[in-house]
Amino acid sequence: MNYLIGAFKPPCNISITFADGRTRKQASIKKENGKTAMVPLFQSHENIVGEVSIEPTQGKKVEHNGVKIELLGQIELYFDRGNFYDFTSLVRELDVPGDIYETKRYPFEFSSVEMPYESYNGVNVRLRYILKVTISRNYVSNIVEYQDFWVRNYTPLPSINNSIKMEVGIEDCLHIEFEYNKSKYHLKDVIVGKIYFLLVRIKIKNMELEIRRRESTGSGPNTYVETETLAKFELMDGAPVRGESIPIRLFLSPYELTPTYRNINNKFSVKYYLNLVLVDEEDRRYFKQQEITMYRLLETS
Amino acid sequence: MLSDAEDEEKWLAEGIAGLQHNAFYMHRALDSNNIRDALKYSAQMLSELRTSKLSPHKYYELYMRSFDELRKLEMFFKEETKRGCSVIDLYELVQHAGNILPRLYLLCTVGSVYIKSKEAPAKDVLKDLVEMCRGIQHPVRGLFLRSYLAQISRDKLPDIGSEYEGDADSVVDAVEFVLQNFTEMNKLWVRMQHQGPVREKEKREKERSELRDLVGKNLHVLSQIEGVDLEMYKETVLPRVLEQVVNCKDELAQYYLMDCIIQVFPDEYHLQTLETLLGACPQLQPTVDIKTVLSRLMERLSNYAASSTEVLPEFLQVEAFAKLSNAIGKVIEAQVDMPIVGAISLYVSLLTFTLRVHSDRLDYVDQVLGACIKKLSGKAKLEDNKATKQIVALLSAPLEKYNDIVTALKLSNYPRVMDHLDTGTNKVMAVVIIQSIMKNTTAISTSDKVEALFELIKGLIKDMDGTPADELDDEDFKEEQNSVARLIHMLFNEDPEEMFKIICTVRRHILQGGPTRLPFTVPPLVFTTLKLVRRLQGQDGDVAGEEVPVTPKKIFQLLHQTIEALSSVPSPELALRLYLQCAEAANDCDLEPVAYEFFTQAFILYEEEIADSKAQVTAIHLIIGTLQRMNAFGVENRDTLTHKATGYSAKLLKKPDQCRAVYACSHLFWVDDQDGIKDGERVLLCLKRALRIANAAQQMANVTRGSSGPVTLFVEILNKYLYFFEKGNPQITSKAIKDLVELIMTEMQSDNTTSDPSADAFFASTLRYIQFQKQKGGAMGEKYEPINV
Repeated sequence: MNYLIGAFKPPCNISITFADGRTRKQASIKKENGKTAMVPLFQSHENIVGEVSIEPTQGKKVEHNGVKIELLGQIELYFDRGNFYDFTSLVRELDVPGDIYETKRYPFEFSSVEMPYESYNGVNVRLRYILKVTISRNYVSNIVEYQDFWVRNYTPLPSINNSIKMEVGIEDCLHIEFEYNKSKYHLKDVIVGKIYFLLVRIKIKNMELEIRRRESTGSGPNTYVETETLAKFELMDGAPVRGESIPIRLFLSPYELTPTYRNINNKFSVKYYLNLVLVDEEDRRYFKQQEITMYRLLETS
Repeated sequence: MLSDAEDEEKWLAEGIAGLQHNAFYMHRALDSNNIRDALKYSAQMLSELRTSKLSPHKYYELYMRSFDELRKLEMFFKEETKRGCSVIDLYELVQHAGNILPRLYLLCTVGSVYIKSKEAPAKDVLKDLVEMCRGIQHPVRGLFLRSYLAQISRDKLPDIGSEYEGDADSVVDAVEFVLQNFTEMNKLWVRMQHQGPVREKEKREKERSELRDLVGKNLHVLSQIEGVDLEMYKETVLPRVLEQVVNCKDELAQYYLMDCIIQVFPDEYHLQTLETLLGACPQLQPTVDIKTVLSRLMERLSNYAASSTEVLPEFLQVEAFAKLSNAIGKVIEAQVDMPIVGAISLYVSLLTFTLRVHSDRLDYVDQVLGACIKKLSGKAKLEDNKATKQIVALLSAPLEKYNDIVTALKLSNYPRVMDHLDTGTNKVMAVVIIQSIMKNTTAISTSDKVEALFELIKGLIKDMDGTPADELDDEDFKEEQNSVARLIHMLFNEDPEEMFKIICTVRRHILQGGPTRLPFTVPPLVFTTLKLVRRLQGQDGDVAGEEVPVTPKKIFQLLHQTIEALSSVPSPELALRLYLQCAEAANDCDLEPVAYEFFTQAFILYEEEIADSKAQVTAIHLIIGTLQRMNAFGVENRDTLTHKATGYSAKLLKKPDQCRAVYACSHLFWVDDQDGIKDGERVLLCLKRALRIANAAQQMANVTRGSSGPVTLFVEILNKYLYFFEKGNPQITSKAIKDLVELIMTEMQSDNTTSDPSADAFFASTLRYIQFQKQKGGAMGEKYEPINV
């Protein structure tokens, strides 16, 4: 097999390296096959500098109509697989048409690239950034090489961050008041709060707090909504009585969360909710869902 | 179908298996320093504690196993922090666990390490822990979790002098922490009763009872905190604990916790906070066994008071008695359904307390009794056995304390309490009182006291209303009355006037006793009175008659009346003896008419009442004996009396009795002292008469049985002859004696005389005596010389 493949092997090896590849931070990404891989991490307005090296296969020359490198920001909707929507596309010409006989290196630089959206691997949607090197050729297909990189954008501390406080209940049955200390949480934040029982007429077995992610893709009649429960965190065991107040302290760091994405390029949104669930002895569930905004806070360390 | 118990065993076994399984992996993770796995497996291990299937008892077993494992985990955490792992990170890390129960156990475990590391003030960590534990609202699981928290935090409280002591007032935080944990635990504990079906309520209450020490432990911890001084106890600890106790409105909890408070905190704290503590009592549920609680409190305080006299002023300062007394009143008022026995036992405790602490305050004691009466009033005699016992205890307490009935007699409410006893118990109590007097040989020395005393023991003195007469056991009755008799002897006062008053009082009481009692009670009274007479007799003469209100004469009058009362019994023999005693006393006082009167009475009794021949014999001998010793009588009176005595003697039923009485009468005419009467002639007359009767008796015996009786009577008369002969009675001649001896000998040799060894011996020894006197020589020898036998 290797032998056979070898026959159709491309005439050259293309490798894309980043100038600060050794020092740059990397993000660990879960790939579609379930394995994790490390990819370089960038944020918006960074310079993306590097080098493309083209190494012709031993004893071959590469004839080309030009070499270019593109930086693409793509959204891929899985129900429309194979169709990428590029929201960002930058090109740098690396070489004029000619032949490459020996290893050739092309430095490239995209300065202060606008990358407004974060990389995202969702259930129904993927947002990714790639560097794409194309060696254009006549009569035969172009030689293409991709290099993924990851983008995360940081948000400053929100200036307004109110707590979420609400009184809910079922008449003459259950009446509670809950409070989450903030409405906006960063990804390593801690949710602190409490639940205050004003009236309890049902036999509660336990209470938990769920973190749910709602990903909606498409628009209009083609909207797909996918909800995942990322965390189930038991807050209370047993039946409280009136007047009891139960503390909440939920560390978000163990969970794989992303910031809230609202209407990304009119293609998709990702929202987060806290779902407070009370379960009674007959396993009936009483719940109240509240949206929270997630954001990424620049880690100072 | 498996039974519940088998099911439970199975579940427990499963739980233990699961626990051990995960503990094994946890150990492996610990050995390889894999903290992530260690947390994972420890959380899984602790998940076994999430079960709802086990009874508290079985759950405890599971808990203890987990506890041991957590100790290992804690060691590991400690090692980790030494290796550079941040304890703060650890503290966060364990909170990632999704299930709350394992999470909180782990949090407490790391918290323990956190405090030890001193990277954060102990108070902050503790506060966080106790707050987070609110997440467990399931009673049993919550109780065990919090008890774990209490356990790991015990040695880490920021107490005064502790290495964890923080800034100023950090002890407040320590107290706050324990109080909060206590409050929450108690709430859970109380709530436990509402879990599950109603039909299993009893079982649940039993289970709850098993868990009570988990709650009480907190109070114990509080009491161990150095920084809890009186001030803090008064201002914070006690009010907060009581608030919880009162508000939980649960019988079991209230009883247990009140008792706990009393037992764990120092006595002086109780003393200084009595008002607060007692104030809570009426607010408790009506079903709480508050009497036991209060009793224990008073017992503790009593012991405290007994421990050192130095603390007594404290009691006075805080008016402990008034407060306790007040509280008891309120409690009784509040708990309408409290059985009477409960109320009384409360008073018993209060009384015990009073006696120990305020032994000098009789008014307090009386007050307690008064309160008790108030409670009892409006009720008929107590039927309740237990209540009766309590009253006996109530009444016995002052006696035991003071060892002195006199003190008890000052208690005006004492007899009123006794009134509430049923007749039987009343008597028992009376006997107790008397025994107390006997034991302590208490002198009851005023008539007022006597009055009070007899009021107390009136159950013994007279028939109480509605006593069934046949109810009495004869032996018991005798026992009772004997003790009354003994009591009468205990009454004494130096002052004759007062003594006389005492006697009058006693007399008044015992005369109500009725025919069955009088034979027991009159004699001691009579003799006590006679004792008084003897005392007066000793000092009379010098004292001017008019100034002394108590004269022997007056006393004799009283005696006379007293003895008369016996006629109603009737008990003539006894009365006769008493009259004779009185007569003798009167004689010694030189009161001839009085003595004469007593004799007259005695004779009247003899004539009219004494019918039995044997009794007559005894009585006549008594009369003769007494009369012989009388020296106050003039010739005329004496003659009358001796005449009567001899007359009656001769009229006795049986000849031998007649004979003996008559020769006894001979002594009436020969009193062997200086001024004694010496009427030899009449002596001889008596003896001759006796001889005649003896003869007659002999003949009668001959007639009826064909043989004459023994010569005993003759020998006896011979002895009388010898007596008077020696005393120098001129009428008794040696010849007469000789004749008599011969007569006896003849009788003895006669065929139809039955010989009697004892009579023979008697005679022989009499003869030997005569020989002896002869050989002795001297005046007596000469005197005997003429008698030849």
